[in-house]
Amino acid sequence: MDLVANNLSYKPDDQYHLNEVSFNFKEGNLYTILGRTLSGKTTLLKTIAGLLTPDSGEIEFDGKNFLKIPVWERNVAMVYQQFINYPHLNVFENIAFPLKQRKIDKSIIKEKVMDALKSVGLLGYENRKIQELSGGQQQRVSLARSLVKNAKILLLDEPLVNLDYKLREQLREEFKNLFSKGLADETILIYSTTDPRETMELNGEVIVLDEGKVLQVGPAKEIFENPNSLKVAEISNDPPMNIIEAKISDNQIRFEGIDVEAPQHLSKLTEDGLKIGLRSSDIELNENGHEFEVELAEISGSETLLHLKRGDTKIIVSIEEVLNFKIHDKVKINFKIDRAYAFHADGKLASSPFGGLNG
Amino acid sequence: MNKLYIFLKYFFIVVWTVFVVAPFLWALTTSFKDFQSVNGGVTYIPWVDFEPNLEGWKVLIKSPAKGGVDIIEPYFNSLFVTCTASLISIILGTLSAYALSRYTFKAGFVKNNDITFFFISQRIMPPIVLSIPFFLFLSSINLLDSLTGLIVVYIVLLMPIAVWIMVDFFNKVPREIDETALIDGCNPYQAFLKVVLPNSIPGLIVAGMFCIIFGWIDFFFAFILTFTEVQLLPVKIVALNSSVTPWWSLSASALVSVAPLIIVAFIVERYLSKGNLSGAIK
Repeated sequence: MDLVANNLSYKPDDQYHLNEVSFNFKEGNLYTILGRTLSGKTTLLKTIAGLLTPDSGEIEFDGKNFLKIPVWERNVAMVYQQFINYPHLNVFENIAFPLKQRKIDKSIIKEKVMDALKSVGLLGYENRKIQELSGGQQQRVSLARSLVKNAKILLLDEPLVNLDYKLREQLREEFKNLFSKGLADETILIYSTTDPRETMELNGEVIVLDEGKVLQVGPAKEIFENPNSLKVAEISNDPPMNIIEAKISDNQIRFEGIDVEAPQHLSKLTEDGLKIGLRSSDIELNENGHEFEVELAEISGSETLLHLKRGDTKIIVSIEEVLNFKIHDKVKINFKIDRAYAFHADGKLASSPFGGLNG
Repeated sequence: MNKLYIFLKYFFIVVWTVFVVAPFLWALTTSFKDFQSVNGGVTYIPWVDFEPNLEGWKVLIKSPAKGGVDIIEPYFNSLFVTCTASLISIILGTLSAYALSRYTFKAGFVKNNDITFFFISQRIMPPIVLSIPFFLFLSSINLLDSLTGLIVVYIVLLMPIAVWIMVDFFNKVPREIDETALIDGCNPYQAFLKVVLPNSIPGLIVAGMFCIIFGWIDFFFAFILTFTEVQLLPVKIVALNSSVTPWWSLSASALVSVAPLIIVAFIVERYLSKGNLSGAIK
């Protein structure tokens, strides 16, 4: 049973929320929609759920026109980024709600709810009030409610974004287990996120969305290794990929008075307006490197993010340890230039170290 | 520091309690006094300062022929009109408020906020402005001096309160809750009845309380729109006044007329103290 969309567009104001979006989702697969905030992820999920009607375009599911079926008959499930549950019901009643709506026998409901509670690790909480639960537990309840329905389409809209770091890691791990346990055998799982790391870990088919437009579709690894444009490279990396305006001549990449020997996959690109892309993790501190000035140093978890500047070029370097820097300190860095990407002036990928295009 | 805080806290509670309760106590003792005990200087304690009697209360239930005012019928009229009008206002107001909160309306330059303001603007107008239109309207449909006519007018006056409170309340209930109900297999009516309404009980109680209070205390429209057939309590109480002000029966009537509001307040307070009004929606 495939979920097929053709040229979905939705423009409620002067901006496109969806712009000619097409896809073909197959059952048993996990699809990750990666995009920044306001890129149209939620709009897309709501359109699939039936909460929004697109201005134009079609959605078909199992060969039937999905747009003609009202939300309550679509058999989809959705988990929101806010922890949405029914505050007037306790945990058990919350999870049983969609089943009661289908008038299923009470004993079967009980069995199914208990199964769902078990799979999200909330056994023993069934009589608790929703308000008594922590954020992570509330999100588990809404996940359980969406699992219990055996929906053909399961939509997860940034389900981890409002959780704190530790819970997020833990729940992400549980999601992976749940998804791989065969839950997805006949379900189409659609997971939206802003976090490239999450995308990589879930390792499904990725749809990169920006300003309502699909920029690239492909397996997570492919998106990461060969982003087809500057935009995708920015969206699929956190911190965003560093973009350096440079010129390549005589086998040298030149910018801000620095000359770096061009690796093989870049050496033939001599056009004007070339942009070199380098991940923040592909730059390292090195005594013999090039001098940059520290603009800002932030410590995030066990990482230090250094915002550096030289002339007009600003870059971010991530270092896998906690280091203290002062603003205006001078640091020396080295580029792992063999991992650099090159983009044409119009933003299209020119060459990637993983063999994309000219490589 | 801590002790001072506790002392000040209880001090203010005591002062406030006296401030609130004293008028009631005063009215209660006065209602058992007669002409002499009221006019013969300040008296406080029954049987010590003055001899209590039931004259003030008896006047309220005696028929006019026997020199009383008989507030029993107006009392039940008032209860009936207030409760019916409040109930209808709450039902209509809640439905309108839900529509205004969740759906987009547009007729030329008129949008949701304008419609909401239109409702509220009914309460901004001074009542005197409304009196003539209401009078002419009721007389044209033959409902002057009738309970039905009063209920119609009170709905016009009370529904804006319900709309106003409920729009605000529904705007605070996340839309995603309705959407989740739809996704979970409810049609829009079921989503409203099974999910939105049960979570709006605090709002309904507050709106209901305001409707009942404003309906119950109205004197102006009850006075203008009724004559002899139907009378409401506030109008009847005024009829008590004569050349000699009967403080004892006025006090008694004040107490019986405030009683329903006190009962409402106690019910709401109980609900409040259970914590049901807060934290329903995160």
